[in-house]
Amino acid sequence: MNRAPSPAPTRVAIVDWAAETAGDLDFSAAREWLAEDPSRRAAGYLPVYAPREVIRAAGMLPVGVHGGGDRLEIIRGDAFYQSYICHLPRSVIELAQSGRLSMLSAMLFPSTCDVIRNLSGVWRLLYPELYVRYLDLPQVPERAIAADFWESELRSLFLDLCEIAGTRPSQTRLRQEIRVENELRAVIGRLYRLRRDAPEKVPTEELYTLLRAGEVVPAGIFLARARDYLAAAEAEPGRKRDRVRVVVAGAFCEPPPLGLIKTIERAGCSIVDDDFLLGNRLVAEEVPSDGDPIRELAEAFVRSARKTSILYEGRAEGKRELIARRVADARADGVIFASASFCDPALLDRPMLRAGAEAAGVPSIAFKFAENTGQFQQFRELAGTFADSIKLWGKT
Amino acid sequence: MTEIAKDRSMEIQKEMLADHYRRLEDAPKSGEPVVYTFVPGNLNELVRSFDALPVFPEINALQSAMRGKSAGYIATAEKAGHSEDVCSYVKCDVGMARSGNVGPTGTRLPRPDLLLLSYTGCYTFMKWFELLREEYDCPVVFVQVPYQGDGSITPGHRAYVARQIRETVIPALERLTGKPYDEGRLRESLARSARAEEDLVAVFESAMRRPSPIDAYFGAVYYVGPIFSAFRGTEEGAEYYRTLREEVEERARQGLGPSTPSGVLTRQKYRLVVEGPPNWTHFRDFWKLFSDEGAVVVASTYSKVGGTYDFGFRHDMEDPLGTLADYCGGCYTNIDLPGRVRMLADYVERYSADGFVIHSVKSCNSFSAGQLTILREVEKRTGVPGAFFESDLVDPRYFSPANLKNRLESYLQMIEARRGAAAR
Amino acid sequence: MKTFVGIDLGSTTTKAVVLDEEGAVLGRGITNSRSNYDLAAEVARTEAFVSARFSLLRAGVERAAGPAALDRLLRAFRLEQRLVQWARLRQWIEASAPRAAPASLQSALAATLEELFARLVAEEEERFRGDEAADRSDFFRDAAGSAYARVAQEIADPRGVTCDLLIGLYDHSIIAVENEPLDLGFPNHIRAALARCEGAPGVAEAAQAAASADLEIAASVGTGYGRARLPFPKEQIRSEILCHGLGAHAMFPATRTVLDIGGQDTKAIQVDGDGLVTSFQMNDRCAAGCGRYLGYIADEMNMGLHELGPLALESRAPVRINSTCTVFAGAELRERLSLGERREDILAGLHRAVILRAMSLVARSGGIADEFTFTGGVAKNPAAVLALRNLVAENYGERRINISADSIYTGALGAALFARRAA
Repeated sequence: MNRAPSPAPTRVAIVDWAAETAGDLDFSAAREWLAEDPSRRAAGYLPVYAPREVIRAAGMLPVGVHGGGDRLEIIRGDAFYQSYICHLPRSVIELAQSGRLSMLSAMLFPSTCDVIRNLSGVWRLLYPELYVRYLDLPQVPERAIAADFWESELRSLFLDLCEIAGTRPSQTRLRQEIRVENELRAVIGRLYRLRRDAPEKVPTEELYTLLRAGEVVPAGIFLARARDYLAAAEAEPGRKRDRVRVVVAGAFCEPPPLGLIKTIERAGCSIVDDDFLLGNRLVAEEVPSDGDPIRELAEAFVRSARKTSILYEGRAEGKRELIARRVADARADGVIFASASFCDPALLDRPMLRAGAEAAGVPSIAFKFAENTGQFQQFRELAGTFADSIKLWGKT
Repeated sequence: MTEIAKDRSMEIQKEMLADHYRRLEDAPKSGEPVVYTFVPGNLNELVRSFDALPVFPEINALQSAMRGKSAGYIATAEKAGHSEDVCSYVKCDVGMARSGNVGPTGTRLPRPDLLLLSYTGCYTFMKWFELLREEYDCPVVFVQVPYQGDGSITPGHRAYVARQIRETVIPALERLTGKPYDEGRLRESLARSARAEEDLVAVFESAMRRPSPIDAYFGAVYYVGPIFSAFRGTEEGAEYYRTLREEVEERARQGLGPSTPSGVLTRQKYRLVVEGPPNWTHFRDFWKLFSDEGAVVVASTYSKVGGTYDFGFRHDMEDPLGTLADYCGGCYTNIDLPGRVRMLADYVERYSADGFVIHSVKSCNSFSAGQLTILREVEKRTGVPGAFFESDLVDPRYFSPANLKNRLESYLQMIEARRGAAAR
Repeated sequence: MKTFVGIDLGSTTTKAVVLDEEGAVLGRGITNSRSNYDLAAEVARTEAFVSARFSLLRAGVERAAGPAALDRLLRAFRLEQRLVQWARLRQWIEASAPRAAPASLQSALAATLEELFARLVAEEEERFRGDEAADRSDFFRDAAGSAYARVAQEIADPRGVTCDLLIGLYDHSIIAVENEPLDLGFPNHIRAALARCEGAPGVAEAAQAAASADLEIAASVGTGYGRARLPFPKEQIRSEILCHGLGAHAMFPATRTVLDIGGQDTKAIQVDGDGLVTSFQMNDRCAAGCGRYLGYIADEMNMGLHELGPLALESRAPVRINSTCTVFAGAELRERLSLGERREDILAGLHRAVILRAMSLVARSGGIADEFTFTGGVAKNPAAVLALRNLVAENYGERRINISADSIYTGALGAALFARRAA
């Protein structure tokens, strides 16, 4: 699996590779992997969370479909969506209608919101020959009920995918992929911790680009690159700068344009925690790889899924404390609520989260973006003012 | 004679509602427990079998809009930090809660003793109850009803919902009311539901006649009122539907159309099917746009959001929890897009419609996201052209009468011109 | 002769078309839509009948004296109409002069106005004699406004009758002139027009015959944005969608898809082989895909709307514009300009963005079948047309694209055809 070239590529080379891979609207990495063996299959998934270990265990390549960002011109997608619906589905439709997703044999639509849910139906209507799966995540607070439900969903998903891929369902394979996913989570976790502890060593635009690339390449390739990047970043001396440390919350589905992340960091903020590509670390714990793998996975999800707007919060206090806790964990000075326009889960959560932040004395600002936002002036001003005000009054 | 008959069902409904809201107002004194819940996937029979009183926030929101209060409530919520982008039902309800919680009949609504979130077909409900929980300090029960992602309610999903009802909802209601679960009472109530459902389906299907004695969208909003809310499974509810059915059958015998804002619409020039919820801030104006043109709605999907009965489902007293699970899973908003396309195409054909109208509301992604694909597919399957209108549920800023009138006129004239061409 | 009239009451202009018994176009008229819809409709109809009677005399005059004589007669007729309007404007201005200036200025003002109007009338006469091309497309308000302002500037006295005073009088009075019925019809002015032309034998006779021709209005149909305001019974009102489809079909019988991008709205229409609409889509309340968006951009760039297209055509490296939200248009534009991007490149991107939005409506209505007809004000913008051609080719392949010079009359033509069908 590990096909990283040796000697280890330089940090610049990794970032360049990530930028090229993440920006590749034709998904060449996935296509190349498929071309190596005609019996191979790939499954696409939308944000936020899909069980990638299950997809891989069926022998398929999981491919994250996170829209076309600001690089994709929307020609057909607008014919499918009214102006008051977020941007992501129209760019996903654009990718599909222009043939860029033609290498996928299956598409998974997790229960992120009603828009993505209904997109699964659009897919069934447009591509009846494709395997389309809508995935309801477990929502109820009662863990046993939730885990039983999720276990049975995962099991049927696994069997379906094995059938498409022409593989025999194997517990061994599942366990192996759970271990791979644990490794992926571990390296992402270390990257996040390094950025938290020394943000000058891990600019978020690099981290984000690397994670985007990780969504569309085989796990082994990403693991190697991420480890090399981590080693290089850790080794770098880094120059501490007087910046305000912020958590960016709310951008867990439609991804912000890279320009927005750059704008926030260049306006004097260091992002020390965020929701970008949250699915890759939604399950917060290492999943045990002994026992019944599907059951373990289901229980790990129910036990440890990170608090986010797409999952029901069973306790009122949980909602109120969330931001304060994230800010404390990240040793941040404030929060930027950055949500995609028309994003129901994020925008409906925002008043509660902001109230919680306010009650805890955490300064915050809020704005909306679209994946193809092309102008950043207003964000620059907002983030800059926010950083200045915290520097002047907020830091103790 | 028919006018009197029509008045009777309306009068009965009015009294039922007034009585219900009076009881709600008195609840803090009478001690009757109050449960806030939602229309799609509600467990009314179960709630009422514990002698608890339900309150439906969506109904409050739509009633607020009909009474011209929604703009102010929405402004209150937006001032409190809610985005212009999100569901106006939620904002209207939050605004109402913060403005004294005065209900549709002008009486004050009691605070909930339990928030029963039976969450069918729309994620916003989940957020809505998280938001309501911030306003009220009371227990919450959450019921997850899986979406019909592959076009059916799987046995596993059915069992999942039934288990939640058994293991979390019933114990919560027992704790709330101090009463034990009485399955016998629930069964009786379910049997009454099934009778009312039978009558309601007969009312809906009367629209297959020419002229149609009902308007199955604007008029149906009133017809479904009791069964979508506090009265499914009750004696009054069953009685209301018996009366309504008789009235409609009498109107059909006399060859009369429905009462509309343009009078009794017996000369029906266009038979339409409608998808999507109505606009509530300009409900009568919107209806009048249709009735002034002689357009009657013969079938709609909105009248199925609180239960889809016309494809055979009835509450089954023999399997109380299983039937509640089936009910929840079968509500219109829980049906996948291909299923919605099939249903609309079926309506267009079975009700011999001249056209179909999609009313897309900004608020509701559950309905709206994908409607343009529905439009194309239904056109393809039926060969009947569709119309696409846009406004909102309860935010008056999104209702443009001139724009809607223009589209509707253009659409109906198109149908007329095609009809003329076909006749030649 | 029986005629059929279609009137298209748009938000900015009102158009009328007169058809003969066979359904051939006899005349067209256009005026700016004022606050007074009845009057706008009346003015457009009068114009259409003037044009209809000119159609009737065309053959006779051309036979008797050649095409030049016809042209000269038409210009003489326009001159007569224009003189009536100037005279009326002068009356209004003189009537309001006493209230507009102090007594001490009145005599100077009277003298200035005398000179001002003498010059303006002389200019009109001069232009007629000089055989200059008539400014047919301009409405009196626009043509008169610029001429008046120019002359006022020349003769104003900064210490006495100021330019501001003169312009103020004009602004006040032009509205009154526009909103009163003026008889600009054929019979009243053709005689004076004939007198201005050295009469070749046969011209007067042909004109006389045209003037006395009995043009009976057998039926009228109204359409357009303001159609509900027309003094027509309901059966004589048709939606602009239907009229547009039928009008486009009459102009290009093989048309199956019509795109109309106007100032306020965009319509994508599919028609069958008889010109009947089979499906249509209109933009939502967002103005992103309409001409209005280009209007905002023109304002933001301090340019005339008609200058946008030609400048955009100079682009060699169009910028991709993602947001066509009118609210953000200005900000996006300023940011891009501040980044050093070239105006023509930004404009080329904006035109493509507007057409992209329109294309999504076309796709919603059922796509583009051969032949495709593009109408509306934006069809006059060469950069928009280029963007459209490119996008049609990229997405639908080879399609014949029709753009008529008379496309502004498409809706009125359709309405007139409906009138003829109904009769």
